[in-house]
Amino acid sequence: MGGTRVFGEPIPRREDPRLLTGQGRYLDDLGRDALAAAFVRSPHAHARILDIDVTDALDVDGLVAIYTWEDLPGRVAEPLPLLIPHPSLTHGRTAYPLARDVVRHVGEPVAMVVARDRYLAEDAASRIRVDYDPLPAVVGIEEAARAEHLVHDDVPGNVGAVLEQRTGDVDAAIEAAPHVLEFRLDIERSASMPLEGRGVYARWDADDGSLRVYSSTQASTSVRAAIAAKLGLPPGKVEVIAPDVGGGFGVKIVHPWPEEILVPWAARLLDREVKWTEDRREHFVAAAHERGQVQHVRVGFDDEGRVLGLDVRILHDHGAYTPYGVIIPIVTSTQLLGPYKIGAYRAEVVSLYTNTVIVTPYRGAGRPQGVFCMERTMDRIADHLGRDRAAVREVNLIRPDEFPYDQGLTFQDGRPLIYDSGDYPALLARIKELIGWDSFEEERARAAAEGRRIGIGLGCYVEGTGVGPYEGGHVEIDTSGRVHVATGLTSQGQGHETVFAQIAAAELGVPVEDVRVTTGDTRRFGYAVGTFASRAAVMSGNAIALAARKVREKALRIAAEALEADPRDLEITDGVVHVKGDPSAAVPLRTVAVLSNPLRYAFDEEAQRATQFAVGGDATEPPLRGEEPGLEGRDYYSPVRSTFAAGMHAAIVETDPDTAEVRILRYAVVHDCGRLINPRIVEGQIHGGVAQGIGGALYERMVYDESGQLLNASFMDFLMPYATEIPRIETAHLETPSPLNPLGIKGAGEAGVIPVSAVIASAVEDAEGIRVHSMPLSPDDLYRLRRRAERDESLRTRSGARAARERAT
Amino acid sequence: MKPPPFAYHAPATLAEALDVLAAHGADAKVLAGGQSLIPLLNMRLAEPGHIVDINRVAGLDGVRIVGSEEDAQAPPGGRTGGKGVRVGALARHAAVERSAGVAAVQPLLPAALRHVAHPVIRNRGTVVGSLAHADPAAELPAVLAVLGGTVEAVSAAGRRTIPAADFFTGPLESALRPGELAEAAFFPALPPRTGVAFTETSRRHGDYALAGVAAVVGLDEDLRVSTARVGYLGVAATPLVLDLTPRARQAQDGRPPGAADWSGVAGYVRDHLDPEPDIHAGADYRRHLAGVLTERALRAATADALDRAQTPGVHDEAEW
Repeated sequence: MGGTRVFGEPIPRREDPRLLTGQGRYLDDLGRDALAAAFVRSPHAHARILDIDVTDALDVDGLVAIYTWEDLPGRVAEPLPLLIPHPSLTHGRTAYPLARDVVRHVGEPVAMVVARDRYLAEDAASRIRVDYDPLPAVVGIEEAARAEHLVHDDVPGNVGAVLEQRTGDVDAAIEAAPHVLEFRLDIERSASMPLEGRGVYARWDADDGSLRVYSSTQASTSVRAAIAAKLGLPPGKVEVIAPDVGGGFGVKIVHPWPEEILVPWAARLLDREVKWTEDRREHFVAAAHERGQVQHVRVGFDDEGRVLGLDVRILHDHGAYTPYGVIIPIVTSTQLLGPYKIGAYRAEVVSLYTNTVIVTPYRGAGRPQGVFCMERTMDRIADHLGRDRAAVREVNLIRPDEFPYDQGLTFQDGRPLIYDSGDYPALLARIKELIGWDSFEEERARAAAEGRRIGIGLGCYVEGTGVGPYEGGHVEIDTSGRVHVATGLTSQGQGHETVFAQIAAAELGVPVEDVRVTTGDTRRFGYAVGTFASRAAVMSGNAIALAARKVREKALRIAAEALEADPRDLEITDGVVHVKGDPSAAVPLRTVAVLSNPLRYAFDEEAQRATQFAVGGDATEPPLRGEEPGLEGRDYYSPVRSTFAAGMHAAIVETDPDTAEVRILRYAVVHDCGRLINPRIVEGQIHGGVAQGIGGALYERMVYDESGQLLNASFMDFLMPYATEIPRIETAHLETPSPLNPLGIKGAGEAGVIPVSAVIASAVEDAEGIRVHSMPLSPDDLYRLRRRAERDESLRTRSGARAARERAT
Repeated sequence: MKPPPFAYHAPATLAEALDVLAAHGADAKVLAGGQSLIPLLNMRLAEPGHIVDINRVAGLDGVRIVGSEEDAQAPPGGRTGGKGVRVGALARHAAVERSAGVAAVQPLLPAALRHVAHPVIRNRGTVVGSLAHADPAAELPAVLAVLGGTVEAVSAAGRRTIPAADFFTGPLESALRPGELAEAAFFPALPPRTGVAFTETSRRHGDYALAGVAAVVGLDEDLRVSTARVGYLGVAATPLVLDLTPRARQAQDGRPPGAADWSGVAGYVRDHLDPEPDIHAGADYRRHLAGVLTERALRAATADALDRAQTPGVHDEAEW
């Protein structure tokens, strides 16, 4: 069997027995004896701090320390880094780890309390009196744009960045177009909302002068670099480990969080273990949100629906600070183009400060908004022309023979936006077939005869995945034949232990059971970028494959000498190196591992056995003969640019004519992420993504009042969908390999979430005959939309269900 | 999200529990299922000095059909005179929901309980605790109100029976006094030729309802609709009951037995409700929804009544 069949097989997730039986080790499972940190957080959206009085808190038995900004030394007291600068970000601002003078959103940390346990820390925190002078709060995109009040005194107009993307002369193209439409779209805020919040646990070793930090992070190597820099420690004296992490979805890629600096700093200062575990209320007001945008669209097109010019002006709400730069606007404005070749294009994104929680990437990272914009535009064009929505998309698709296709823009990795491969017409044909697009009118008529109102919707996307600059892999085979794989990026439940093992097993020719995978531990791998942008499989997968190939070559070299054969005549099957066609001339990899090290104390049976293959008889050569000892290899994968996955979703929904509830009857996905390493895991990723997408489409919104208070900061009022709200998801795959990487793979982590709002909007619009221009859509929203559409004809579609009903009467 | 300090009491008898409650009055909170109280504590929205955990008190977990032979053995104070279901302070939602006896005597209870949160919450949460919490968006207060049930309160000073109409005094406010424990609730039995229905619309399965309706429809001996009462949740500060009996006669008028026409009731209901908006739905929508759900529930309850009246064997009282 040779192990090679392991690649592409839907083997069960190897992490599941551990994680599903409660054996996972999450941040809060560690450091049982550590002191606990809690934070005093601002109750105001915008205020000047006049005084902080800790007197009452000092009475709390078990209190260890209270820190405010005044207590922070040196670089710890400086503003947090602006991680990803960009020329368009002319007014980037970041927060201090603890607020200095001014707070700019509810939840901003003002003081840190360390106590014997979290209960006492919260008791003490509740007794700290902070005297605030409230300032006017800027809440909501339009209020930010009006700029009657400023979030930062020195940022005029509340404008952090103005980003422009442009190809061709869009004004001329639209002016010359036979048809022009203009409209506005709205998407509200949501959030990653991992079930495990953030958390940091730090141990200072005073004897060694070293720090070990556990963080529930998506980027342990970068957290290490940040801590080392802020605390003035050599990188080699800081270890950062991401233990089991209960979901990230983007929010844990931000680093360093204030807590990731403050907790290690306090641990060193106090010479005590300190732990902070974020609670749910903190996560709502002190982590990060995403999605909120207002989009103004102007589009010119021909009689077929071919887009000749598309001009989009986007107002993007980035919250109170910009530690993560303008990645979301860049992604929205580039990935908006989807699988289409459109004429001229201009996108201007104005990124605005508001007195709300910061906005950083959440699964999809700006793509759901871009796809919402483009797909709503396609539906508007189809409606205007009275043409089939799928047909309008079809005429705009990039054809298979046009790859690589250069969209003429610059992507988030700073490289040209060139799609490497794909077959978009095949995706469209497949999704239409899967959902029954062409026979839907019969289904609609049958439902209508029963008094039921149903609609169908479609959405298409292209997703840049596997952004660089690099990721590395280390593979080592030990003398018992076990294969140890390490990569620096982190895992949050994606199934890396399984797919990375599959890749290593396939490359080495060993049983997958013999492979152990370690991720996110700087002790095992020090250089890494992190887990985000659907990059783990592409980046670390290829790096591990390259490292495994090095190890395989080395194993064959050593085995060839032992077997007195030519390495080219050898292969590895089930962990044994043997001459092709002659299984008797064989040496197991565990023995090769012994042979790889000239220091051969016979402390185990394997070493004793290895002496029968004794290598290196030539007394004139040094024993290592140019090789490094050990059967191990390390390599890096660094792509020239991102690889572009694609997919199309379709849904059939039913809307209740009386209660305005929306029920998803069917949801279908056709997805192309190149070669599949493990179809079961890809399917799971898609299911989870679609579930989050349905959350964004029908349930989730961050409800701020005009004073900047978040009114639904709990799982009772922030409505993440339950399993009961998620329909069965039907999936099909296309496999168009990427020509850019050795394994031919593309990323799949974010795909599921990207087009869902667009698809549901399309389907509800089709069921109702009423234009859907903002998401999410609650029953109350749909009820009000119906009432308005009764009075306002411009809210009604020309085609679809309403038109069909009107034609019938 | 950790609670502030409190003194924890775990009395083993009712007398002990009442002594602790008497000693601490308004500074004490009773812990039964904890499905509302514990989150309130953890979010520091409630800061009682004393928690009185009654889970070790024997004899409070009963779910009894009273007014039957079995009731003759009931302890003093456990009898109410009428037929019905008496639910003790420690009876979990799940125990009531799964009781065949309860379903036979008062089917509105299991019908409503299926909408209370999720199975794991129903395994811990208690029916009486839900009533004492007096959330106007919860299912059980509306059920108690529409059925005209009672709450039995006990304190060191003695016992009293509080009718549902007097029990719910405001959002999260009940007529229970400091020092009092809600020992049981009594839900009257379903009279003959009567049907029930419970329906609600919530944002997600198991959430508090945007609006919900518990309907009870009675037929006369000719199987014509004669009475209709509807209890509402989520549309007022307390559970609201509308007596739609006059509308019922109108709905039955000129139609075959049991075939009442409830269309048009929605408009009447909308005119009699004044719900508050919240972040999940506006007042207009809630009013509209309550009307829609009322028609649906009345139709279902009418069908249920007819079904029960025409197949008496299945629902015979003898089965108690």
